[in-house]
This record gives sequence, structure tokens and C-alpha cells, in this order.
Amino acid sequence: MAHEIANDKELALFAGWNDDCQPAIRRNFITIMSKTLLDKVWEKHSVRLLPNGATQLLIGTHLIHEVTSPQAFGMLRDLGLKVLYPQRTFATVDHIVPTDEREEPFSDQLADDMIKALRKNCAESGVTFFDLPSGKQGIVHIVGPEQGITQPGTTIACGDSHTSTHGAFGAIAFGIGTSQVRDVLATQTMAIHKPKVRRINVEGKLSPGVYAKDVILHIIRKLGVNGGLGYAYEYGGSTFDAFTQEERMTVCNMSIEGGARVGYVNPDETTFAYLKGRPYAPKTADWDAAVARWKSFASDPGAHYDDVITYQAADISPTVTWGINPGQAIFIDEKVPTAGELPEKDRATAEEALVHMHLKAGQPIKGTKVDVAFLGSCTNGRLSDLAEVAHYLKGKKVKAGVKAIVVPGSQGVSLIAEQMGLAEIFRDAGFEWRGAGCSMCLGMNPDQLVGDQLCASSSNRNFKGRQGSPTGRTVLMSPLMVAAAAITGEISDARELFGLS
Amino acid sequence: MALEKLIKVAGRGVYVAGEDIDTDRIIPARFMKCVTFDGLGEYAFYDERRNADGSEKAHPLNDPRFLGASILLSGSNFGCGSSREHAPQALYRSGFRAVLAESFAEIFFGNSTTLGIPCAVLSKADIAALADLVNRDPAQLITLDLLEGKVSAADMDFQASLPSHAHEALVSGKWDAIADLLEGIPDIKKVAATLPYFEAA
Repeated sequence: MAHEIANDKELALFAGWNDDCQPAIRRNFITIMSKTLLDKVWEKHSVRLLPNGATQLLIGTHLIHEVTSPQAFGMLRDLGLKVLYPQRTFATVDHIVPTDEREEPFSDQLADDMIKALRKNCAESGVTFFDLPSGKQGIVHIVGPEQGITQPGTTIACGDSHTSTHGAFGAIAFGIGTSQVRDVLATQTMAIHKPKVRRINVEGKLSPGVYAKDVILHIIRKLGVNGGLGYAYEYGGSTFDAFTQEERMTVCNMSIEGGARVGYVNPDETTFAYLKGRPYAPKTADWDAAVARWKSFASDPGAHYDDVITYQAADISPTVTWGINPGQAIFIDEKVPTAGELPEKDRATAEEALVHMHLKAGQPIKGTKVDVAFLGSCTNGRLSDLAEVAHYLKGKKVKAGVKAIVVPGSQGVSLIAEQMGLAEIFRDAGFEWRGAGCSMCLGMNPDQLVGDQLCASSSNRNFKGRQGSPTGRTVLMSPLMVAAAAITGEISDARELFGLS
Repeated sequence: MALEKLIKVAGRGVYVAGEDIDTDRIIPARFMKCVTFDGLGEYAFYDERRNADGSEKAHPLNDPRFLGASILLSGSNFGCGSSREHAPQALYRSGFRAVLAESFAEIFFGNSTTLGIPCAVLSKADIAALADLVNRDPAQLITLDLLEGKVSAADMDFQASLPSHAHEALVSGKWDAIADLLEGIPDIKKVAATLPYFEAA
């Protein structure tokens, strides 16, 4: 096994340099020897090169849910295969669970069939299932970190594109299709090509009322919804250094909305502090060794990136979408763009978006009437999201005629939020306090928009029909902006409403 | 597992215009309440094709002239969004055997390749030329030749590209990776044994 070079001094020794060695040569050598976190995780998990040139990559942690796994178990049965490492797959149920009805059987027969199929598949194959009665159920991308299953330097796959969320811990995590869920169940590996890495720095302090959600919406707006094709995004810079683990998750979560299948942040003390003491985190006796190992995965100074981009935190304002993809976004005080303000290639989609959204080019987005306010999802359904909103919501009321719901990301989040008194604040304000699940992010359960309702949403996608009604309209924004919209009944600047400056 | 070597795909085409056509549009989430992929074909592009009352909208996939088309033409970033394999499954089950577009979202591309649906990239101008051709003559046969890396229609040839690994997987009849992956099991066990987190839990 190759010696791991810890610092510049060791590197100099290793290379046999003396003080006369030319700086340019040193720099080149450091670039060659230095690796990104992606390089290191990839090396540790590569099984072999397949004949077509793809890597057979070991997936250390496999997460499954009820929508994209039943067909995979069916394929396994058809092929006469078994789950190779059942202890490395973890299941929960999130997409189809009703949030206002917890008793089974569910009134929706199809949803009931799906939870029963998952329960049976997990029991038969020996896979751990965070089921509804466990107290640990929730959105798969909230449960993994919460349980301490998501760890630095690991590979994580799940049949869900928002698996990039787990990259916040310095894991290489990505969404896969159902045939690949089958592959991972049967072999704990999959065939995949190594992506390029784009480093995205955000520097400085965010202004009051500007959140991690605004940061990722801004990045997608700048780089485009397909700007990340072929790339993993490595997020860094002083803004990310200062972010909490949950803020990092919000950004990594939406990497895929910018076309990047993988998004990650290098692990640091914030990461380790978050993990310590969680059920699946290493126990005390193994802790120091685990932390040392985790640290070693962080990208080396001088690592080669295929692209580097830097943004300033001070340039970012609360951001909302106006269209039908997450890149169609503007600051709250901007106007819906006119065709002339957009590149030629974006004009046809913009036209389609304006028709769908009932908006006109050049009109302010602020003041647009809102019918529904949705607070939740794997992007913004964590405790810190709910706590931040509750802090400002106290004593305020949801506007008459607005349907406002809070869907905690997991039963764990829900329980703590109840204990902290957050649920009561939401209820007093006129929000419905629901059970944990994906809910109105994608409308697979009964939480759906009706007709062309407009929803102020803390979720991740504003695609046509995304929230359950083909003509429904979604405006993505931060949780506090959702609260502001709920209170005023229109898209509003939370900074003005709550006196943030 | 012996699979067919996908060298050529030929059929009639249909052009579904637009950039960033996401997988929610290809198959809305409410149709994913199922434990098998059977029957997904009728829901492909459902909300694009039908009004709330079930009546048909004007859409190329409802146009009788394009009935039976097996090659889908579209714009850039086709298949973005959700990782749902239900999307290429729905396309396959509604009769599509290849997609030609300006670019593809990665997860959709991988899912399609695994199902043996080649997704080939053509230039914007070439997609426009092909779209024009099929709209004028829906009976026109389009051939995607994977070995030659080209699409032929009428007396025209267009350059069509796929990443080398997908190309190799399709033409060698190894587009479903499971057989190759299973062969690696002895090596998988060796690598797994080097990872401290693997056996914990």
C-alpha cells in the first residue's frame, strides 16, 4: 500500500527535494500527487475496470424506499439472486406515506400495496427497515444522516436523485435507477463512470434573511440546469466552512437540479460534531480512528479541478423561481425576465414557463398571489429549517384562504420539534402540522395541488405538474420565504416582513 | 446473460420539441404507484398529452401520423430531474427504441442504456433537420447506426455520438451490467474487507 503523504515536509522528503528545487516543479508535482475527495473515495471503492471502460464501484451504503425498489427485488427473484450484503442496505418509506393518516391499511390501495411490498422484501432479505412504527421513519435523505449512517469517505447510492444530499458529509453519493438498485442489492456494486470535478467556492458572510437555499438556487441560476452534466460539484470557501451540517445538506441536495449527479463538501469538525453519538456512528472506542480516517479523505491543497468558480456571498439575495425549472430564478426584488434579457437558447422554455405560471415578462415576482405554502422536503425539512421559521413566525397568522402545511422530514425531526414547542407555534399560526414524508414535494401521496393553485414551496423542483396537479404552479424559495408568503398570501420579501437587515 | 447486440435501430421518428424535458413530464409521479413497470407505457407524457378530463391535447404523440414511431427526437438536457427508471421504462413500453437529442441528463442516460435504449447526441441543427424531415414525411425511416456513429434518413447522414462506454456496452450486447458485476464478486469481497465502515453496523 502506498505511503500517504501528510504534509509539504513529507512531500519534500518523499520527492528528494532540497531548498533549491524550483517552485514551478514543486507546484506541478504537488498537483500530480494531490487528490480531490472524489479521487480518494473512488480509489478506495473501485473493484475493477469493466470491459466497456466503466468502473465497478463498491457502494458502501445503499438506501432504498418504496417507489424505486419493489421492481428491483422482483428482478432479483426473476434472476434467482439474493441480497449480497443485507447489512449495508437501509430502508425507509417516504414518498407515498399519507401525512395526515398514519393508520394502516392506507385508504389508497396502491400506496398500501407499496408499503407492504417493502416490508416483505426487507423482512425476507434481512434489510433494516425504518418502518412507520419505528419512530425513525422519514425522508430517506434525512434519515441517513440523522441515524449516523451517512459518513465521510463512503459511497452512497439510492434510487432517488436527491441522494447527492449525503455529499454534505464528504461522501460520494448519487441517485440511481431501479436496475442499478438491483445491481447494488445483488453485488453491492454498480457500473459507473468517474465524473470530472468542478470546485464551487462561495466566500464571505450571507446577509440576514439569505439562506443555503438561496445559495444553491443562485448557483443553478448562474450555471444552468445542465451546467453540471458530467461533473461532481465540490462546494467550499468560507461560506461553506461556516455553514452548519444541515445547511450543507440543503446545497448538496439540489446539485442534481444543476445537472450534477454528485455534490459534496469536504468533511471537517462541523461534520464530525454532527455525527458524534448518532446511533450508527462509530462508538467511543473507535471514534478517534474514524475521525482521522475521515479527515484523510478531504481534498488535498493543490488538488486538480477540471473547473473552479467563485461567488461572493454578499452578492446573493433571497431567490425565488419564476418558471418551470430550478434555473429559472430571480432575486425577490427582480422582475420576471423578458425574452431580450435571456440567451437565445433559453427563450422557448421561458415562453412555455410564462404560459404555465400565468406570469408576464417584466412583471415583479413580489406580490404574486399564493394559494398554498409548503414547508418540508429533503431540501428544507430539517429541524434547523423549522426552528428558523418558528422563531420569526411566533405571534403571526397565516393569511385567510392560504393552505399552509409543515411536513417534518422525519419522525425524529417531528418529535424534537414537538418537544421544543415549534409544532405549537406552527399550529397557532394556522399551519397544519403533519406526519413525516416527501408529501407535496412530488405529490405521490394525497398532499397535492388542485387545479392551477400556486404553491410557495421549500422543495427542490418546480417542474410542470410536480406537485400533483398538471396545471399546478410551484415557486421555490427558502423556508422563511415560504412563511412570509403564507402570512401575506403573496410572494413577499421575508426580510421586510420580519424586519431582517 | 446473453443480450442482443444493438448495432442498428431503425424506425419512424417523432419530434417532441423542448429543452430540459424532465422525467416528471415523461412520467408524472402519480403513475409510479405500482410495484412493477408493467403498464407504464400508456402514461408516457400523460399530462402533456391529456387534459384533466382525459381528453386529448394537440401533441405529436397523439397525432395519428406518428402512430408507431419508435425513435424519439428532442432538445437538450433530455430526461433531467428525478432518477426514476419509470421514465425510460414508460418510453420503452410505449414503443420507443432509441432517443436522439442534443444532450441527455446523466441518470436518465444510464437508466436508458441499461434497458437497451440507445440515447445518441446530435447537433441542434441536425435535430432540427430531422424534425423537419419527419414532420414533412412521418413515414420516413430513420436508422441509427451505432457502429458507424451516424443517423441516416432519406439521402442524408448525420453524425451521432454516444460516450464510449455506452457505445461499447450496446454494440457488444452488454448493456445490462449485471452479468459483468456478478463476475466481480471475489474482488468485491476483497475491497469490502478493506473498508472499516463496511462490516460495522
